[in-house]
Amino acid sequence: MRRSVVLWLAVGWVGLAVLPWYAIEDGFWNFAWLDSYPVDSDVGPALLQGLGHGRWWLLPVCLALAAPLGILGRWKTDPWFAAVLLMAGGFGLAYTLAQGFAIGIRGWEFEALETAFGELGDRQFGMGYGAVLVCGAFLFFLTEGIAARGAIKGDVFVVGSIGLVIALVAAFIFFPITRILISAVQDNDENFAPALFFTKLFSGDIWGLECLTANLTCGVAWNSLFMAILVGAGTTAMGLAFALIATRTGFRAKKLLRVLTVLPIITPPFVIGLAVILLFGRSGAVSTFLEWAFAIEPSRWIYGLPGIWLAQMLAFTPIAFLVLIGVVEGISPAMEEAAITLRADTWRTFVTVSLPLMRPGLANAFLLGFIESLADFGNPMVLGGDYDVLSIEIFFAIVGAQHDQSRAAVLAIVLLAFTLSAFYAQRRWLGRKSYATITGKGDSGLHMHLPRRLKILSYGTALPWAALTAVIYCTIMFGGFVESWGRDHGFTLRHYLEAFSVTTGAHGLVWSGAAWNSFWTTLEIAAISAPLTAGIGLLTAYILVRQRFVGKDAFEFGTMLSFAIPGTVIGIGYILAFNVPPIELTGTGVILVICFMFRNMPVGVRAGIAAMSQIDQSLDEASLTLGARSFTTLRKIVLPLLRPAIIAALVFSFVRAMTAISAVIFLVSANYDMATSYILGRVENSDFGLAIAYSSVLILVMLCAIVLIQVAVGQRRLGRRGAQQFGLEGSTG
Amino acid sequence: MTTKSTAASVRFQSVVKAFGEVVAVRDLNFTIEPGSLVTLLGPSGCGKTTTLRLIAGLEMSTSGKILIGALEVTKLPASERDVCMVFQSYALFPHMTVLENVAYGLSVSGMPKAEAHAKAEQQLALVGLKGFGARLPSELSGGQQQRVAVARALILEPEVLLFDEPLSNLDAKLRRHVRQEICDLQRSLGLTTVYVTHDQEEALAVSDRIIVMRNAEIAQTGTPHELYEEPADLFVADFIGDANVVTGEIKALDGALAVVDIGGVERRLPHRGLPPGEVDVAIRPEAIHLSRERVDDSLSGTVSKATYLGSHLEYSVETPLGELFVIDHRVDGFAPPGTTVSVVMADRGVTLVGSG
Repeated sequence: MRRSVVLWLAVGWVGLAVLPWYAIEDGFWNFAWLDSYPVDSDVGPALLQGLGHGRWWLLPVCLALAAPLGILGRWKTDPWFAAVLLMAGGFGLAYTLAQGFAIGIRGWEFEALETAFGELGDRQFGMGYGAVLVCGAFLFFLTEGIAARGAIKGDVFVVGSIGLVIALVAAFIFFPITRILISAVQDNDENFAPALFFTKLFSGDIWGLECLTANLTCGVAWNSLFMAILVGAGTTAMGLAFALIATRTGFRAKKLLRVLTVLPIITPPFVIGLAVILLFGRSGAVSTFLEWAFAIEPSRWIYGLPGIWLAQMLAFTPIAFLVLIGVVEGISPAMEEAAITLRADTWRTFVTVSLPLMRPGLANAFLLGFIESLADFGNPMVLGGDYDVLSIEIFFAIVGAQHDQSRAAVLAIVLLAFTLSAFYAQRRWLGRKSYATITGKGDSGLHMHLPRRLKILSYGTALPWAALTAVIYCTIMFGGFVESWGRDHGFTLRHYLEAFSVTTGAHGLVWSGAAWNSFWTTLEIAAISAPLTAGIGLLTAYILVRQRFVGKDAFEFGTMLSFAIPGTVIGIGYILAFNVPPIELTGTGVILVICFMFRNMPVGVRAGIAAMSQIDQSLDEASLTLGARSFTTLRKIVLPLLRPAIIAALVFSFVRAMTAISAVIFLVSANYDMATSYILGRVENSDFGLAIAYSSVLILVMLCAIVLIQVAVGQRRLGRRGAQQFGLEGSTG
Repeated sequence: MTTKSTAASVRFQSVVKAFGEVVAVRDLNFTIEPGSLVTLLGPSGCGKTTTLRLIAGLEMSTSGKILIGALEVTKLPASERDVCMVFQSYALFPHMTVLENVAYGLSVSGMPKAEAHAKAEQQLALVGLKGFGARLPSELSGGQQQRVAVARALILEPEVLLFDEPLSNLDAKLRRHVRQEICDLQRSLGLTTVYVTHDQEEALAVSDRIIVMRNAEIAQTGTPHELYEEPADLFVADFIGDANVVTGEIKALDGALAVVDIGGVERRLPHRGLPPGEVDVAIRPEAIHLSRERVDDSLSGTVSKATYLGSHLEYSVETPLGELFVIDHRVDGFAPPGTTVSVVMADRGVTLVGSG
């Protein structure tokens, strides 16, 4: 008998017989329920509920949890050991979920069950501590059984980790998406209505092409697609210009360009849109200047396609730059040097050698820009005007006057189809087609300088753009100190005081500013979700890099999928999925933490994969053959070598949790309001002063966090040998 | 040679390992005697490293049984097998000192730190690295790193010790030296040792027995002497040492010998179960003597290439059998290209290896 089985058995029985089975009102950390425990039928453990409160459907759960008691004392090589665990875990998990879905707050959820078993006369709430522990125990019985059958070298820890990741991804990514699909084919009273689905799917407001023939707007799908293509192409071109300047010219301020790459990470997406309004809006600085100088009547031209495009270009160009600088640097100088020695001049070398080698990278950058633009919520929200895009329409279908859940679901499906196609294209078509030719071996040589005309072109586009970016960020930093933008440019601290004032009251300090509440909530949620995100991301990376198993490709696709799911879609999915039992989470802080965990998981996975591929696998293997189990190996060998990646993953997930808006806006509640949604609310009320002040504070906080971490990581790298040392030489045979 | 009490045999029974469609090891059967040093030898991609990893538990066999001593370990993970491995890259943990590296196996199995470190010190002394414990692996030379890797594996006194091409990252001079050290250590400790290499000279030098592998299967098993003198087929003949392969014809069988016609020269060689008819004959380059005088029972040939290599001469000789590669240790009798010579085959080093 393995100790881990005993452990999970104990955990399961605690969940079944001690802790409340159902979710407790008033939040996860509220312990008021202890007063009425365990007599009250709402807070009793499952065993008591089943025997005492007439909730007989909980009793089979006890049976499944009792079964493994029978194999205590058996060896894991005993065939009964695996069989009993597999059956107990499989049945227990399936049954617990089935009863959760079958019986909800109105009794039976399905008419067929009602006719079969008669009226229930009872109901149940979402799952609580007890149910979570019991489900966990069942899950690990299942994986323990699979490991005992010899899967993945019989490694209990690895099989368990894979099981855990699959279960979590299924619950918090696939389940919500499935709920959207179901909701789309239902009418708003949850009746099956496929005809309505097709009417909605092919309706004119989604696919209409009136803009081609008359002076009308096209369908939202075309609008979104058109915008995404424009932004994808624009950011790719601009990113390439920056990348070429950074790597192939004698440009002095290259370090400044690197700073540019940090900006989108720490900037909440809609803040750029806000700054664009402050510059080009009706009372914006530029518009006012143009009126004064050339008597050009200020108009609302910026609201709509031009504004969104400009804001998204500003927001996403750094992402394209980040991708392309790697690509441009990755082309071995030897290729270009070979072309030049073969008598090609620099222009011909660039066109015939360098550019074709960059092609996969360019396509990659385009698709990233495309996906980001489609998924962007904040900028269209503040700058959209009459130009409707999918992400905004989804939001208004849910929260607006229409309150049309199934329309929201249909729009979400269309949006998801676009982003997933792009994601799929990126992975299948480009994933393996990389021409990055730098190897670990010393490949000396210098990148050639750009041909003259290309250099002029690059400088001509990139430098004005960099200047515009600088102006935008100045606007953000100084906008908060202006009385009323566009009308009264007097200096004031009013907005900062309104948001962040602290007074001394009877009981000491009082955080009386309007923003403190959402500010602390944001910090708290981000701080809780960051380690969880990094943890699950790195665990997934470990599984992906170090283990081989059947279905690994599907596993990888599933874990990276959430990158391609727009936040609005996740938001809708979470509302639909987690508003009712068995998993009832809306209105809590937990749902925000979970949302961030799974939205940002790909970041952690990628950081982990990149770092772990640098560590020679034979280090793990050496540890295993020296008698350390895989968990010990992970703890003693892999994690210490991964420290920089862990820190990077922590920072990224922390910062992204602070800047996210699209999914958050669906999930915030009175108790848990996030900074971004609070700011967006202010923007909707045209309270730009406070919004911009708050935004600049957020940016500064995150900048400090990043700089602190960079300093810490940087020192470590100086103190010991560089990361390359860990790679040693690979072995083949 | 002493055989240590813990040394165990290793037995493979119909072991198959497939990676998806690709079969890395096909129906492998062999037994390694306790205390012996056995080499897995073969070209890259032949499955020798996979076989080693199957013993270690770093790969799980697709089917078949693996036994270490009397215990079946087929489904046991690496951490639960009493096997240690020295990796090609050494795989020293870069974030631990040399001492921590050597003590790692003891400390993860629960030995108190002080005791583990004391034992590690002893082990380091045994491999001649006394006083190097506080260094990081990156502060050692390649040869020293290699010794740390060996010390780390030996400290657990495993039933079976595995080496995965341990010399491939050392330069040629050091290689011969370390090879001897490993050999001496193995003999004195009497450990069952499995050694993977693609270098046939290394294999001949260290092994009690050699398992030659080809295309996921065993081509031949035997002592170094057996493999060199009596290769089972063309592949083994060519892989272990050099061989000229020519076509001959078995005229008749006579007891254990066959009367073979090789390009008109009649020889009596062990027939090794081959029937009369066409046959391939492997001739070692040093089993051919060139003579400027006419000799009976010889082929006539013309030197087409001659290379002076200090300790010996290498010739290419055009003969009716095709071009033959010849090694001649009589360096003073240099025959320039164009010389007409008689080609005489020695009694040893000429083997029938079957046809086709």
